[in-house]
Amino acid sequence: MRTNLTISQLEAKANDIRKDIITMLEAAGSGHSAGPLGLADIFAALYFNVLNIRPQEPEWADRDIFFLSNGHTVPVQYAAMAEAGFFPVDELVTLRKFGSRLQGHPEREKLPGLENTSGPLGSGLSQAAGYAYSMQYIDEITNRFVYVVMGDGELNEGNIWEAAMFAGKNKLSQLVGFIDRNNIQIDGSTEDVMPLEDLKGKWEAFGWHVLEIDGHNIESIIDATSQARAITNRPTMIIAHTIPGKGVDFMEYDYKWHGMPPNHEQAKLALEKLRTLDGKITHEGAGV
Amino acid sequence: MSYPLNPSLFNDDVKQEPIRAGFGRGLKAAGETNELVVALCADLTESTQMHLFREAFPKRFIEIGVAEQNLVTVAAGLARAGKIPFTSSYAAFSPGRNWEQIRTTAALNNQPVKVVGSHAGVSVGPDGATHQMLEDIALMRVLPNMVVVAPGDSIEAEKATKLIAENGKPTYLRLAREKTPIFSTDDSPFEIGKAYVLREGADISLLGTGTMSYQLLVAANILAEAGINAEVVHVPTIKPLDEATILASARKTGRVLTAEEAQAAGGFGSAIAEFLGETLPMPIKRVGMKDRFGESGSPAELLEYFGMTGAGLAETIQEFVKIAPRYHQDT
Repeated sequence: MRTNLTISQLEAKANDIRKDIITMLEAAGSGHSAGPLGLADIFAALYFNVLNIRPQEPEWADRDIFFLSNGHTVPVQYAAMAEAGFFPVDELVTLRKFGSRLQGHPEREKLPGLENTSGPLGSGLSQAAGYAYSMQYIDEITNRFVYVVMGDGELNEGNIWEAAMFAGKNKLSQLVGFIDRNNIQIDGSTEDVMPLEDLKGKWEAFGWHVLEIDGHNIESIIDATSQARAITNRPTMIIAHTIPGKGVDFMEYDYKWHGMPPNHEQAKLALEKLRTLDGKITHEGAGV
Repeated sequence: MSYPLNPSLFNDDVKQEPIRAGFGRGLKAAGETNELVVALCADLTESTQMHLFREAFPKRFIEIGVAEQNLVTVAAGLARAGKIPFTSSYAAFSPGRNWEQIRTTAALNNQPVKVVGSHAGVSVGPDGATHQMLEDIALMRVLPNMVVVAPGDSIEAEKATKLIAENGKPTYLRLAREKTPIFSTDDSPFEIGKAYVLREGADISLLGTGTMSYQLLVAANILAEAGINAEVVHVPTIKPLDEATILASARKTGRVLTAEEAQAAGGFGSAIAEFLGETLPMPIKRVGMKDRFGESGSPAELLEYFGMTGAGLAETIQEFVKIAPRYHQDT
């Protein structure tokens, strides 16, 4: 949603999202830690600045569309949605629990505000491309945009490259992709498992406008999306370099946290680090 | 009211037409009625008969190229944008290659993506086993939310396509490539989820789907000469099954034979056996492919070899009737 939050307020929002992620994963007892933490800045920028959406009216006809392709990172989306007012923050601790709207992987029909169902990798870009095609060529709407977040490991999937060709061919200029370039996947480093480089060159070869940014710099994230919207003859892919587990030092860069939640002690430590911005704040204020 | 059959059904010169031709006309008609209908094809536009729609509504036709995974997932995105997307390819590739994408982005996501699988069954002929899709009924009917329809002829395919456009659900439409005799008429009824008694009888219920319903009518004529009075029930909607019509026929005749141009395991006959096994257990014989792939040959040769012609079916039915006791209400 469009807000007037300053960059530093957006950074604080990203920190709130990270705290939510730790709290909900600990309560769930299962789930993915590293990816969601690494995406917190991008989601803070999207849900509190970039996306033209209305949390109280999730099906608002003129909204921007956001697709999450790598569904296992959905805790960051749930946290951002709750912070934005789609549903109560209290509900976050129901993640992965029986009867919850917050399924382990996102299910569109369970929770208003989700645009797709995902988990099996590689299909989000196609859906975003289908929506963007509909806007651009069938309904001829020019003031709405479709955003999609993908993981980098997910780029091993052939479906992604089918979509890359399709979007390039059709010059889907209202389509904006993010690649969470954190260099890890379950079996290790992306470049060991199945090398992706030259990643920028690959997307350019498929007809995309490509930007590379620091995925933890909120100003860069917002600027990149503005640039993407200004490009009218190609889709844009934003390769966002991120640190998996960002914000919790003992999780950062450690691929064992890909598919693991923190236990109680680890969560306590992680929350303390997030509250104090890793020791930079020595006097914790009220309301944190 | 009895089902209006094509009066020249049993003539040698019975009108024949590929079932997919009816789909092509139906899709164009659906496009005329509803501007939300869009069509996507994976480089087989004429073969799947989508060219009629493409020519009429170029703006609403999307060429995907040979990329079946993208075919259905782009369609899922279009569905989220409020469109009614029909996707077409050969059944061996869609749903053959992209089943998981269909499962997640159409079925679980509950979007009205229409998967049209042309060239299903052994009657694809000379292309051989790779292109003769036999597992699609089993693959699609196990998906929650999914509707599965296999029309019996081109007239019915046209009606089915128009209704599928409006049913609001993910749907699989199974089509055959070869010319198929037309047994229905413009006035014959068709609703999604309904089965139709084509011929009344008392000795056995012959349940067919897709191209096999015509062959069962031919078989029933042969059986009549042998003193067996068979009832023929056409079941174009495999999911959801018209349980009432199937149950009424089975209760009346006490034994059932099913026929499909697909793997018997998990397919249409299995759906009938599951249903009757849980409601009114009785002898059931399933005609279909028995745990083997097809092979190259002319469609007629292959149907004969696999016992799927009227004569072949009549033979199987006669053998079955000899050994199968009939269900009795009091047992």
